[in-house]
Amino acid sequence: MNIAASPQRATEIQNMTRSDTPLVRFQGVRKSFGELEVLKGIDLEVKSGEVVALIGRSGSGKSTALRCVNGLERINAGELTVCGRTLHDGKVDLRDLRQDVGIVFQSYNLFPHLTVEQNVTLAPRKVHRIGAKEARELSDQVLAQVGLSDKAKNYPEQLSGGQQQRVAIARSLAMRPKLILFDEVTSALDPELTGEVLRVIAKLAAEGMTMMLVTHEMAFARSVADQIVFMHQGRIWESGKGDMLEDPQTPELRQFVGNGL
Amino acid sequence: MRGCALSYEFDFSFLNDYLPELWHGIWLTLGMTVVSIVPGFALGTGCAVGRLYGPPWVQRLVTIYVEGIRNTPLIIQVFWLFFGLAVLQVRVGPFPAAVIALVINVGAYTAEIMRAGLQSIPKGQLEAAACLALKPSQSLWSVQIPQAVERVYPALVSQFVLMMLATSIMSQISAEELTGVAYMIQSFTFRGFEVYLVIAGIYLVMSCLLRLTLLGVAQVSFPRRRRLGTPL
Repeated sequence: MNIAASPQRATEIQNMTRSDTPLVRFQGVRKSFGELEVLKGIDLEVKSGEVVALIGRSGSGKSTALRCVNGLERINAGELTVCGRTLHDGKVDLRDLRQDVGIVFQSYNLFPHLTVEQNVTLAPRKVHRIGAKEARELSDQVLAQVGLSDKAKNYPEQLSGGQQQRVAIARSLAMRPKLILFDEVTSALDPELTGEVLRVIAKLAAEGMTMMLVTHEMAFARSVADQIVFMHQGRIWESGKGDMLEDPQTPELRQFVGNGL
Repeated sequence: MRGCALSYEFDFSFLNDYLPELWHGIWLTLGMTVVSIVPGFALGTGCAVGRLYGPPWVQRLVTIYVEGIRNTPLIIQVFWLFFGLAVLQVRVGPFPAAVIALVINVGAYTAEIMRAGLQSIPKGQLEAAACLALKPSQSLWSVQIPQAVERVYPALVSQFVLMMLATSIMSQISAEELTGVAYMIQSFTFRGFEVYLVIAGIYLVMSCLLRLTLLGVAQVSFPRRRRLGTPL
């Protein structure tokens, strides 16, 4: 059993058993929006190759925690280290950080005026300065990874929501990130399209990509995540392996999975 | 031709006598319009970006420029520029002076149109661009400005057509464009009615041609629209 009774205990156990430096480390991270404190001291580690699922009610702070990782939100207190960079001292070069940390949004946010291929290769061409030929090869490669090789010349509006989201994943992959953040990426999709997107994410997980995902897909979190983190009222309420969902230690998680399943 | 009620005799013979002058006027009007469009658009876009994302002093400066131009008559701006430059001992011919005035004028209107266009882009687009490690300038250039231009393109076309029609005051600084030529012809022939009828027709044709040309530019510039035909 590695279900910890308290969040602190969970972190301690992890620190004892794993020695390699984590890709992401939250230590007492706090974040407020005005008067409202959304994160009330988060401790969390994500190791290379690990898949961490953040679950919890809307407003529990899970999306905010995720958005702190690539600097979309700036933390107010505590320490946050991502891919060897410290995000709490205000000195981090966000563009540098974001070359290592990709993100996929709920609303896809594809560039509507560009083709699928142009969407995927825009950042590599501008940021990594790769040439046209290399860009085409890269596009072929990442679109194959998400099963959309035949859509390179299409525009986003010609694709289904699930396909658009897979393009967004491909766009993120094209930057060769060390870590990808998924922010409720299937919340806007019907069950069938959700399935096609989750299959792509599961495949990436199997290939060893490090990922943090905020999700409401409990079954998916259970099968794919190495670590599940249940957040409640700005705190990590409970965390552990997939089977923790079957044996909730707190009434809050019990209620949450009871309603969710 | 014989008009019955007023027994007015139409006389269009000036068309023959003053053909070279008319052509010259047409070319001058088209010339100052076409030459002003690209720099005017560039100035306006730069100002829109400055007003939205620039430091406070740039925002203030752009606001003063935009509101100053949009709230004074073009002809006063033209005089001010033409005589102002003369005072500064800068010698500029009527054509360059007219072009400078038009660029400054249309730049202010374009700035407001482009500002609306840039503001209409969903925040998620900017966030996505930033999260892909694009610099703000790269995000502007590759993500925001292309979408903004496509969204406000009809308004830009109208503005440029209006600008062409507004060149009709430039004979005031002796840039003898079409209206200036018309004035000259009617003062020699006393055929004001016929002259201005013909001139109106010429402006109508030129406006339609300008619109068509700008639509053609859109076809080339917006491949997505060309293929799908849907608004962005």
